[in-house]
Amino acid sequence: MSAVMITRKVRKWEKLPGKNTFCCDGRVMMARQKGVFYLTLFLIIGTCSLFFAFECPYLAVNLSPAIPVFAALLFLFVMAMLLRTSFSDPGVLPRALPEEATFIEMEIEAANGNVPAGQRPPPRIRNVQINNQIVKLKYCYTCKIFRPPRASHCSICDNCVDRFDHHCPWVGNCVGKRNYRYFYLFTLSLSLLTIYIFTFDIVHVVMRSVDSGFLNTLKETPGTVLEVLVCFFTLWSVVGLTGFHTYLISLNQTTNEDIKGSWSGKNRVQNPYSHKNIIKNCCEVLCGPAYPSVLDRRGLMQEDSPASETSPPSSSSMNSVPQTTKTTAPLIPNEHTPDDVKPSIADSAEKTPSPKEEESPAPKLPPLASPETDAETSIIKDKAH
Amino acid sequence: MSPDIQLEHSASLANKVFIQRDYSEGTTCKFQTKFPSELESRIERTLFEDTVKTLNNYYAEAEKIGGQSYLEGCLACATAYLIFLCMETRYEKVLKKIAKYIQEQNEKIYAPRGLLITDPIERGMRVVSFECAWLCVYACKSISMGEKDGGRREEVSKQE
Repeated sequence: MSAVMITRKVRKWEKLPGKNTFCCDGRVMMARQKGVFYLTLFLIIGTCSLFFAFECPYLAVNLSPAIPVFAALLFLFVMAMLLRTSFSDPGVLPRALPEEATFIEMEIEAANGNVPAGQRPPPRIRNVQINNQIVKLKYCYTCKIFRPPRASHCSICDNCVDRFDHHCPWVGNCVGKRNYRYFYLFTLSLSLLTIYIFTFDIVHVVMRSVDSGFLNTLKETPGTVLEVLVCFFTLWSVVGLTGFHTYLISLNQTTNEDIKGSWSGKNRVQNPYSHKNIIKNCCEVLCGPAYPSVLDRRGLMQEDSPASETSPPSSSSMNSVPQTTKTTAPLIPNEHTPDDVKPSIADSAEKTPSPKEEESPAPKLPPLASPETDAETSIIKDKAH
Repeated sequence: MSPDIQLEHSASLANKVFIQRDYSEGTTCKFQTKFPSELESRIERTLFEDTVKTLNNYYAEAEKIGGQSYLEGCLACATAYLIFLCMETRYEKVLKKIAKYIQEQNEKIYAPRGLLITDPIERGMRVVSFECAWLCVYACKSISMGEKDGGRREEVSKQE
């Protein structure tokens, strides 16, 4: 099999499965639907611009110049947190390579024994004991792994995310282990910013009305009306959200667990991850270590060049094996195939080589949007030699 | 050709052992120290356990929540996390130590016994895989004859 020379270095993010979009050559990772994220940006930047344009000159002169300065700092912090939440890897778990997937399949077969024909195979669950609590680990048919505890598969991004909280359309990304603290700080700082702008809008209107009358004030600074409206409606939702997440953090729970009622207390089920101490829980979530990304987005695919350089802030800099996260196991069911289509190891082993042989020429360079998501039909890209 | 590939595939599978995560203490990164039966003839139990325990200690050090992690967290928060653009996090520093340790172990202990450890970070921190290096070389010959298999060749060359 001769290697086909490619003229362009292909980075691993281009071959990652899942429905993410990548920008800046793999440095930025977001979900596909970004419309609501642009709305968030527009609302924040728009409202703050109006504040700086209409209120700040008056307040800086008549009250204190510290007011616009503090507003600017708060605005910058909000933007930094928003961008950090939106652009970072939430803690995506890479899909199992073929050997690992088959190894797991063999373990499952061994555990299940011989299921008589026509009977449904038992569900793929592994029980682990965490702090004297039995936790069920479910098998992800798309990623071909047993999900670690607290991980969940996001159907919008088509990835398993570690410590999955929720998929937030406002930030255009999943919220998971790696970006939860940034998300929380974003909601907290946005609440503060909203309250700040709302308060000083009112102060400004009151002060100006004393001099010029209420209606004249509104005519002079029309932006104020808009700001007050936006802030009023934002306040309830964002402050509510911040309060909700503060509650979750103090109990060391995720939104996903809260919605499913995993640790609601019935059947004597208790949260095994909680330290039973609010301060400890908060410290773990907010001041814990900064977890690295296990998706090596900016590594080079080792197709021709043996060297692989990585220079990103978020991914590891090791000389790594290329991630062949696409798997050929046509008979291993995914979430959409019926349970009674049971795979057999021999079949999958036999079928595995033939699709590989079809895909011999150099891979077509995909567009910047993420590659195909159907793991069943995708083919292992060869590192031909 | 097909039965040969199948035999090849299952033979090569039998020579890859995946050590799974140990979740008994929560979601902190820790690997099971139970000695797998497939490695019984290849390596001494104590050496294997030492390696996995050392790895576990490294990960525990990286994920420790204490004075240093608070300081790092607070400082980073105060700078809106921009400091991470210039500074390496403690976790990343420990990951580099782990990579060096694994390379050392491969060179000194595992390669002479025909085995190879893969760094867990390359498997999403899910498994530590031990594979038979010699069979990898054999498998590569059939790779050049048309059978492609994920990552084997690179792992052999990495071992060298």
